[in-house]
Amino acid sequence: MTKLKLAVSFAALAAATPALAEGELRLFIWSDYITDAAIERFEAETGIDVTVDVYDSNETLEARLLAGSTGFDIVVPTGNFMARQIAAGVHQPLNKDMLPNLSNMDPALMERSARFDAGNEHSTIYMWGTTGIGYNIDAIAERLGADYEVNSWDLVFNPETAAKVADCGISFLDSADEMLPPALAYLGLNPESRETADLEAAAELLGSVREHVRYFHSSQYISDLANGETCVAVGFSGDVFQAAARAEEAGQGVNVWYAIPQEGAQVWFDMLVIPADAPNVENAHRFINYLMEPDVIAEITNYVWYANANRPSWPLVDEEITSDPAIFPTEEVMAKLFTSVTADSRTDRTMTRLWTTVRTGQ
Amino acid sequence: MSAGALDRAGAGRFALPLPLKITFGLLVLLAAAGAVLLPQNAALLLGGLVAAVLVAFGLGRAAGISDRWLVIAIPMLWLFVFFLVPFLVLGRISLSEAMIARPPYSPLFEQGADGWEYAGSFGNYQFLAEDPLYASAYISSIRIAATSTLLALLIGYPLAYFIARSPEPRRSILLLLVILPFWTSFLLRVYAWIGLLRRDGVINGFLMWTGIIDQPLVMLQTDFAVYLGIVYTYLPFMILPLYANLVKLDGALLEAASDLGASPILTFFTVTLPLSLPGIIAGSMLVFIPAIGEFVIPALLGGPDTLMIGRVLWDEFFSARDWPVASAVAIVMLFLVVVPIMWLQSVQNRQEGAQ
Repeated sequence: MTKLKLAVSFAALAAATPALAEGELRLFIWSDYITDAAIERFEAETGIDVTVDVYDSNETLEARLLAGSTGFDIVVPTGNFMARQIAAGVHQPLNKDMLPNLSNMDPALMERSARFDAGNEHSTIYMWGTTGIGYNIDAIAERLGADYEVNSWDLVFNPETAAKVADCGISFLDSADEMLPPALAYLGLNPESRETADLEAAAELLGSVREHVRYFHSSQYISDLANGETCVAVGFSGDVFQAAARAEEAGQGVNVWYAIPQEGAQVWFDMLVIPADAPNVENAHRFINYLMEPDVIAEITNYVWYANANRPSWPLVDEEITSDPAIFPTEEVMAKLFTSVTADSRTDRTMTRLWTTVRTGQ
Repeated sequence: MSAGALDRAGAGRFALPLPLKITFGLLVLLAAAGAVLLPQNAALLLGGLVAAVLVAFGLGRAAGISDRWLVIAIPMLWLFVFFLVPFLVLGRISLSEAMIARPPYSPLFEQGADGWEYAGSFGNYQFLAEDPLYASAYISSIRIAATSTLLALLIGYPLAYFIARSPEPRRSILLLLVILPFWTSFLLRVYAWIGLLRRDGVINGFLMWTGIIDQPLVMLQTDFAVYLGIVYTYLPFMILPLYANLVKLDGALLEAASDLGASPILTFFTVTLPLSLPGIIAGSMLVFIPAIGEFVIPALLGGPDTLMIGRVLWDEFFSARDWPVASAVAIVMLFLVVVPIMWLQSVQNRQEGAQ
């Protein structure tokens, strides 16, 4: 009887082992970051069966990548995370012969993203955006006057200004990588600096406004801005637009908007990369090349409201999106945006420790 | 092998005692469920483990080891695979150094000039001792867990007492009500508190409607919300062991105390309370231990300065990407939790020995 059960369980095991077919692709991407239509069209054109899994934080993705084989063919980490992963040998170089559409990519943006991956040997840009200030238009006007224009980090980094809006709720991103560089920019220091003294000055600035910060969290602010629980959030451009859209849908009279401060803001890039142990390398290249087709990526941008880096696609993107300087910044603003890279453990530790001090006062 | 031995072995194989049959059945079910639910490698691992257990049983029985030992072997094996092995892995990582690699820590043995050299060190533990952050995080975690445990005891004891003293149909209903919240996900229940505590939430709305306050209270993202969340979540773990203890309390003892002239209050403190000490200890441990490492509740309800070790651990692992220091933090925490348990257990044993 025992033997029979054993046989049954092994049969079940064998049945559950998936057959590794030729035409397979496993994509691991941020939640709500690609359209079903784009996936279906690729499947129809190539006959490759695409499986999509989603994550909601770079940390989750990175822990899985560093722990060992994930079985994914394409992952989409943010630039600063990807830089470390490349240093750790997690990703494989792209075979550029298989990616003719690379010629569509905007050279200026690719030059920026090369900060994370020298020569863009391993990666290409999927979407990009900025880390700026999301705010509740009416709540700010009520507290700082109708003619106050949100265009500076002063709103959140100057204790006097911050104190005036603290009662309606300020939130900061819970990340040293995102918060220390703008603090450096506000202080007039080089936002890309990783000198301990500079970082300490930035942490001190953040510490001086801590009492006015309701909480530090990297996604909670989307719903809180949308329903008026908080009124100012240092956040990612696309997330704030999502909050604005939700607020509008809810129709409770909450108006949310986003500003890129004049001192400059950090640009982030979500990058398409192939893990070193990807089972379907060829299909991964085909999919990345497909995502660099102008009409494909334009359709995705229309859905996610993030800027892509594909020049020929821009005329195909909705006017409403391309004309918005908060999504596609003007040349002038573009010049002030910065990209910072942290790729060594010591600096990681210093920044994390400083961040804990900012957050907890310890 | 003689025919007689074959007979005995054969008879032994088919005359399994009931607990073993049940255990085998569960193991095979587990393997089948794993095969369907888990990815390929994990399913193979699980299947292999189950097969190894079954084979070990066969060998054990053939070698004439008694069934009692075989039954104990299953939980022991479970603890070995799912507690001791991960603990040793954690201990091993804590002796390494962080590096940008895959996996992100240095090897414990390095190829030196003359063979393999041990490269581990207790540097990470030293690091924990040097930075006051860790000590204050441990202390703050213990403080929050201890306060929550005390609050849960103060609320849970009267509730457990009341349930234990209730007549039968009502008692079962009350017990059911204590267990009822478990039917909803823990995460959802903590989220529900966000809705209750927020500025324009239910509680502020009610208080402003009744005119008790005219400005909404900020309750979310405060230590108050953390205590509330922990006490609310773990209260059933306090009530259930207390109830199990109090329901066995012999009413004759209370009558005797009353006959001898003791007031109800004196009776409570000299008879009921000392007799319920094992329940108090069990309930307190069940609240204190999970509360000390709590991550979700402070993350959702706590403010920026709520410092708990769970969060520090998260930061070390995900932000600093320092798995070795994170492992060291976890191991130190384990000892912080194990020491009070062992102390409480010895108290409990003395109690039982005295009775």
